[in-house]
Amino acid sequence: MAEFALPANSKVQQGKRVSTAKGAKRAKSFKIYRWSPDDGQNPHLDEFEIDLDKCGPMVLDALIYIKNEVDSTLTFRRSCREGICGSCAMNIDGTNTLACLKPIDEVKGDVRIYPLPHMPVVKDLVPDLTTVYAQYHSIKPWLQATTPPPSRERLQSPQEREKLNGLYECILCFCCSTSCPSYWWNGDRYLGPAILLQAYRWLADSRDEATGERLDALEDPFKLYRCHTIMNCSRTCPKGLNPAKAIAEIKKMMVERQ
Amino acid sequence: MNSFRTPLGRVRGLGTANAGTQHWWQERVTSVALVPLTLWFVIAVIGLIGQPWEAVALWLSSPLSAVLAVLFVVVSFYHAALGLQVVIEDYVHSEGAKVALLLAVKFLCVLLGTAGVFSVLKIAFGG
Repeated sequence: MAEFALPANSKVQQGKRVSTAKGAKRAKSFKIYRWSPDDGQNPHLDEFEIDLDKCGPMVLDALIYIKNEVDSTLTFRRSCREGICGSCAMNIDGTNTLACLKPIDEVKGDVRIYPLPHMPVVKDLVPDLTTVYAQYHSIKPWLQATTPPPSRERLQSPQEREKLNGLYECILCFCCSTSCPSYWWNGDRYLGPAILLQAYRWLADSRDEATGERLDALEDPFKLYRCHTIMNCSRTCPKGLNPAKAIAEIKKMMVERQ
Repeated sequence: MNSFRTPLGRVRGLGTANAGTQHWWQERVTSVALVPLTLWFVIAVIGLIGQPWEAVALWLSSPLSAVLAVLFVVVSFYHAALGLQVVIEDYVHSEGAKVALLLAVKFLCVLLGTAGVFSVLKIAFGG
């Protein structure tokens, strides 16, 4: 059965509480999910109270401040700090988003930070993305053409190029896939919104010649049709993309070729 | 559960079933068909509230009512079978329970659908 409760060793317990905000005008508490594979303990929620005047405006700035100034064992991924690398995807205030694009001001009360839901955790806020990367590999995310390559660029009209808008911007942060209940229950077989948006990105590319084979590879009750238009993916996408629409477009292509 | 299978091998699994579109499309077609059928059925039943058995039987034995009632029963149970199959595949992950439930749902839908059609015809043909 689908699991609706956490296993005993995954129950999140109360962790430590550290405050470095004595005399601060703007104090804010961050409750952060911690788990280490090394100590054999259950995950716990550590609370860090910090002075917002000492760090930048985004949630990622607060995480970096805590790691630098309070607890250097706090573990998370981050790189570009401007919403283009997709490393700092996590669950903040109940929604999957990029820590670098999420202003602390937008969160009322304490800021609760968890790793992306329903993924194996490597440590603290770092999820194991092995399966999603393998799923990405499985849809062959590269241009496939039998026609010998031209001696110059492969041409595309402005109208054809326009079809890739809303698709090429995806940074593979997996906020959408990990927000999808259908992906939670059947992530081993369902490809999930992030991968299906990428699949459509190649289906919609006028230069690609493998549309039929790509559709063949998706023609499956689980790989594609576990999407039940729940729409969490489109609501959570930190880049404002619409994976649910991309999936609907794939389904339309499937019907069109019947 | 340790396995040395590569992530890509695991994800590719048994490959594609080369099916799914028919099922999905039939769900859509039956739900579109059920909009007018359900409206007709509900309005007709409301109109029959408080009527004696003879009046209901007379209504159901008119060709239009009988044909629409048979369609309503058949399409409803077909739609239910398609939808429940998806729900079971979503949530039931132990293979034995899944197969048992899928069989039970199919059999029950065919049984109830056949019983419904038989009932309508029995009244329509004055049984």
